[in-house]
Amino acid sequence: MEKYTTLSSVQQDIKDSKLHLRQLVEAYLQRIEENKHLNAFVEVFAEEARSQAEIVNSRLLDGTAGKLAGMVIGIKDLICYQNHIVSAGSKILDNYRSVFSSTVVERLLAEDAVIIGRQNCDEFAMGGSNENSFHGPVKNNADNSRVPGGSSGGSAVAVQAGLCMASLGTDTGGSVRQPAAFCGVVGLKPTYGRVSRHGVIAYASSFDQVGPITNSVEDAALLLEVIAGHDEYDSTSSTLPVPAYTQQLDFSGKKRIAYLPETLTSEGLDPEVKALTEKTIKELQEAGHAVEPISFPYLDFVVPTYYILTMAEASSNLARYDGVHYGYRSPNATDLESTYKKSRSEGFGAEVKRRILLGSFVLSAGHYDAFYGKAQRVRRVIREKTDEILQDHDFILLPTTPGPAFGIGEKTDDPVTMYLADIFTVQASLAGIPAISLPLGETKTNLPLGIQLIGKRFGESELLAFSKYILNVTKSR
Amino acid sequence: MTAMDTEQKVMTEEVLNKYELVIGLEIHAQLATKTKIFSSDPAFFGAEPNKHTTPVSLGLPGTLPKINEEVVTCAVKLGLATHCKINLVNRFDRKNYFYADLPKGYQITQDELPICQKGFIVINLKDKEEKKIRLNRIHMEEDAGKSMHDKDDRYSLIDLNRAGVPLLEIVSEPDLRSAEEAAAYLSEVRRIVRYLDVCDGNMEEGSLRCDANISVRLKGAAEYGCRCEVKNLNSIRNLQRAVNYEFRRQVQLIESGERIDQNTLNFDAATGVTSVLRSKEMALDYRYFPEPDLPPLHLSQDWVDELRKELPVLPEQRIKRYTSELGLSEYDASLLTNDRSVADFYEELISVSSNYKSAANWVIGPVQSLLNESGKEISELGIPASAIAEIIQLVEEGKVNNSAATQQIFPVLTASPGKQVNEIARELNLFIDTNEDDLDAFIEQAVSKYPDKVVEYNKGKKGVLGLFMGELMKVSGGKIDPKTANKLLISKLESLK
Repeated sequence: MEKYTTLSSVQQDIKDSKLHLRQLVEAYLQRIEENKHLNAFVEVFAEEARSQAEIVNSRLLDGTAGKLAGMVIGIKDLICYQNHIVSAGSKILDNYRSVFSSTVVERLLAEDAVIIGRQNCDEFAMGGSNENSFHGPVKNNADNSRVPGGSSGGSAVAVQAGLCMASLGTDTGGSVRQPAAFCGVVGLKPTYGRVSRHGVIAYASSFDQVGPITNSVEDAALLLEVIAGHDEYDSTSSTLPVPAYTQQLDFSGKKRIAYLPETLTSEGLDPEVKALTEKTIKELQEAGHAVEPISFPYLDFVVPTYYILTMAEASSNLARYDGVHYGYRSPNATDLESTYKKSRSEGFGAEVKRRILLGSFVLSAGHYDAFYGKAQRVRRVIREKTDEILQDHDFILLPTTPGPAFGIGEKTDDPVTMYLADIFTVQASLAGIPAISLPLGETKTNLPLGIQLIGKRFGESELLAFSKYILNVTKSR
Repeated sequence: MTAMDTEQKVMTEEVLNKYELVIGLEIHAQLATKTKIFSSDPAFFGAEPNKHTTPVSLGLPGTLPKINEEVVTCAVKLGLATHCKINLVNRFDRKNYFYADLPKGYQITQDELPICQKGFIVINLKDKEEKKIRLNRIHMEEDAGKSMHDKDDRYSLIDLNRAGVPLLEIVSEPDLRSAEEAAAYLSEVRRIVRYLDVCDGNMEEGSLRCDANISVRLKGAAEYGCRCEVKNLNSIRNLQRAVNYEFRRQVQLIESGERIDQNTLNFDAATGVTSVLRSKEMALDYRYFPEPDLPPLHLSQDWVDELRKELPVLPEQRIKRYTSELGLSEYDASLLTNDRSVADFYEELISVSSNYKSAANWVIGPVQSLLNESGKEISELGIPASAIAEIIQLVEEGKVNNSAATQQIFPVLTASPGKQVNEIARELNLFIDTNEDDLDAFIEQAVSKYPDKVVEYNKGKKGVLGLFMGELMKVSGGKIDPKTANKLLISKLESLK
C-alpha cells in the first residue's frame, strides 16, 4: 500500500472509494508488527482501531465525519485514555488503567481520529534518548543502532517508520522537537497554555505541552487546531480563541528572522548541523527575508535553569506515586514508611530517581534561594530577552539539536552531557513560546537533521505557515 | 501519680504569678461549600467512606486542580469581617510531605501570598474590657483525608471524603495572654464564621479545629519564650485545659533551670496532659513552592466591594448597639448575638416592638429554651416575630399577665404558629377582666389563708409578697392584672398592721 503522508489524500481516496479506512488501519497494524524491533509501541489497540475504522469510513462516505476522519494516530504513553493503561514508561504505573480520558484524547475522538496504540517514551518524559523507558529502548528507524531521541521517541519513530500517520507527544524541554529532528519528521511544541494538560501525566507542570509529530506541516496544523483551546479542567489553559490554522497556511511576503550566533559557536555543535543551519539562513536570505544575527547572551544558562526548575516540579509531581493508592506497591513493604521507600525505590528508574532527588534538594530549606529561587529569576530574564528578540523579529531560527541521533548507550553514563544536548530546545520551553522542528536535512550518512523555528507567543498560525514555506523552499535543493 | 504532678503541686501561686502566657492560635475552619476546593465532588460531612471522591481528589495521574470560586468568596467575606487587607493578587503554593491520607503527596495551600493579611478580631473580656487580637493572615487550603489506625487489626484504613474539602486557616498574632482570652477569641472566631455562614463551627465534627502556639515569659519581658505548638484541640474547653497545663509545665521547666524545646505536642483530652508528637529535629521541610497548576488569583476591587456591601451586621457591632442604644446588659446582648438566626429574629422583633428589654427576655427565655429543647433552627419553628410582639403588647397593656403569656399562650402558638395571639388568649380565657371587687375578694381569700405571713410581712419581711401574689394568681386563674393586684395587696397588708 502507498504510504500516505497527508490526511487529505487519505480522505480523498476513501471518498473516491479507492480506499477503505479499515485497509489503511490493517496496513499500519501490519507495519507495526513488522517493525516490532523498533519498540515504538508499548501497546496496540488493534481491535478498537479496526472497529473505529469501520465507523469512521461510513461517516466519511455519508459526509458526517469529523476533521480527523482517516487519521490513524498513536499517543504517547503519558496521555490518559479512559479504560486504557497509561504507564508513563514506568514500572510504578505498569498496568495502571486510567478511569478518564485526557482532553486531547477526547478532542481527537470527537473529530473521528483512530487511535491505534500507545507509544514508548522515557519514564515520566524524563530523557532525551528514550533509553529511560521501563519498556526498553526505542530504535531510530534511520539507523537501528541509534536512539530516536526523547522523551517522545516512540511517537517520532512511529511516524518516521510509517507505523501511523501522526502521533501526539509531549514536550517539556524538547521532547517533541528533538526526537522529530532525530527521526526526520515535523514536531511542534505549542505555546504554554495553548493545549490542555488535563489527563497528561505531569513531569514539570509549568513547561509541559502536548504537541503533534507528523509527516507534514499541514497535519501538524490540523492536529493543533483540534486539540488546542481552553479547557475548564486546566486552569493554565488559555482562553484565547483558536485560529483555523489549516486555513492560514498560505505564506507570502518577507519575514524578519533572528538567528543566535552563540548557537553556531556553541561547544559540541556538529559541523554538519552547523552547515545545515548556515545553509538554511543563506537560502532564506536569498529568498529575500531578513535573517540577522541577534546576540542571546544567556545560552549557557538555559540548561541549568531548565533542569533546576523541572526537577523541582517533578519532585513534587511524582510524590503521588507512593504505592498507597494505585500503581506499583512493593511486595516487601511492611508498613507505611517501607511502602513508600520500597515501592518508590523499586518502581522508579535511575533517571527519575536522580531528578526527584535533585528536585527535592533545590527546593529544600537551605538551598531554595540559591537554586530554585535563582532559577525562577533567570527564567524570567530568559523569557524577557526572548520576547524582546521576538518583538523585532517574526521568528528565531536555530538548530533543534547539536548533532544527529547518537548511538544507543553512548551517553547513558553521563547525564550532564545528555542534559547539555537539550541546549537548543529549552529556550522556547523556558519562555513558554511555540517552536517547531522541521526536517531540513541529513548527514552524509543519511541521519536526519532538524532546524528549529521559534515563534511569538500564541503565534502558531504564522509559525506553521512559514514552516510550510521553508519546507518548500528547501525542497528545491 | 507521676513525679511531674507532685512537683506541679508544690508550685506556688507566687511563682506562677511571675510569668505570663503568650498564645497564638491557628484555626482551621472547614467551609460549608457544596463542592471541594479544587474538584466537583461534594464537600459535606457524613457520607460513607470514600464516596465523595473524583479523580482530582484521589490525585490520579493527569488530574489538575481547579479553584472553586465559592471558596474565594468565603475567604474574602471572612477577611472583610475581620478587617483584613484583601490581596487582590494572591497565589497558591504546594506544601510537600508524604502521608497516607494525602493522595498527591502535597497539600495545595497559600504560603507566601495569602488572600487575606493583617486583620483583627475584637474580644470581650470578663471585666467588660475589649481587646483587639491581631490576625497575621487568613489563607485558603485543602484538607487531607482521614487515617484510621484503630479500626482494623492489620491495616490502617483511609477515608478520602475529606481530602480536598476547603479550609480557611486563620492565624492570629501571639496576642492572647490567658486561657480565658484564648477561649474568648476562639468562640468569637466561631461566632463570626457562623454569622458569615462560611462554616458551621462544629468543633466535635472537626469543622473548626484549633492548634495553639504557647509560650511563657517573665511578666514585663520583651522577648517571647520558646514556643510549643499543641495540635488538634477539639473544643474550647480542651484549648483552655491545654493552655493551663502548658503554662504550669513550661514555668516548671524554667523554674528548675531547664530548657523548653520547640516541639509539636499532642493534647490528650482524657488525661489533660500534653506529650511530644514531633521534636524540632524531626520537623519536616515542606519544600514550599508556587503551585504551577494554578495561575495566581486576580480579584477585582469591585467584586470585593460588592461582597463588603453584602456582609451581614456582625455580632461585635450588634452587641455594641444593643448595649448602648437599646439599653440591654452586656450579658443579654451576648446571648442574643451568639447565633445569627436568633439575633436576626430579635432584630425582626424589635422592628415591630419597641419594648427592647421584654423582646430580649422573650428571645433569650421562651424562644431560646424551645430551640434548645427541640434542637430546631429558629426558621423551622415558624413563629412570626409579629406574634411575639403582640404578646408583649398584651402584657404591657395589662390585658394578659406575663406568666399566662409564657406558660399558656406561647405553647399554643408553638403548636400552631399560624394562630392569632388574641384568639389564643380568648380561647384560653386569659384576658384580664377582673374588676376591683373581684380582686378584693381574691385578696381577702389569699390573706386569710396565711395569717402568720401577714404578721411576718408587717415585721418587715417584704419577701412574702411573692407568696401572696402566687396565691392570688392561683385563686384568680391568672386573670388579674399583676400591677393593680400588687398595689391593692400591699395596701391590704399595710391595713392589717
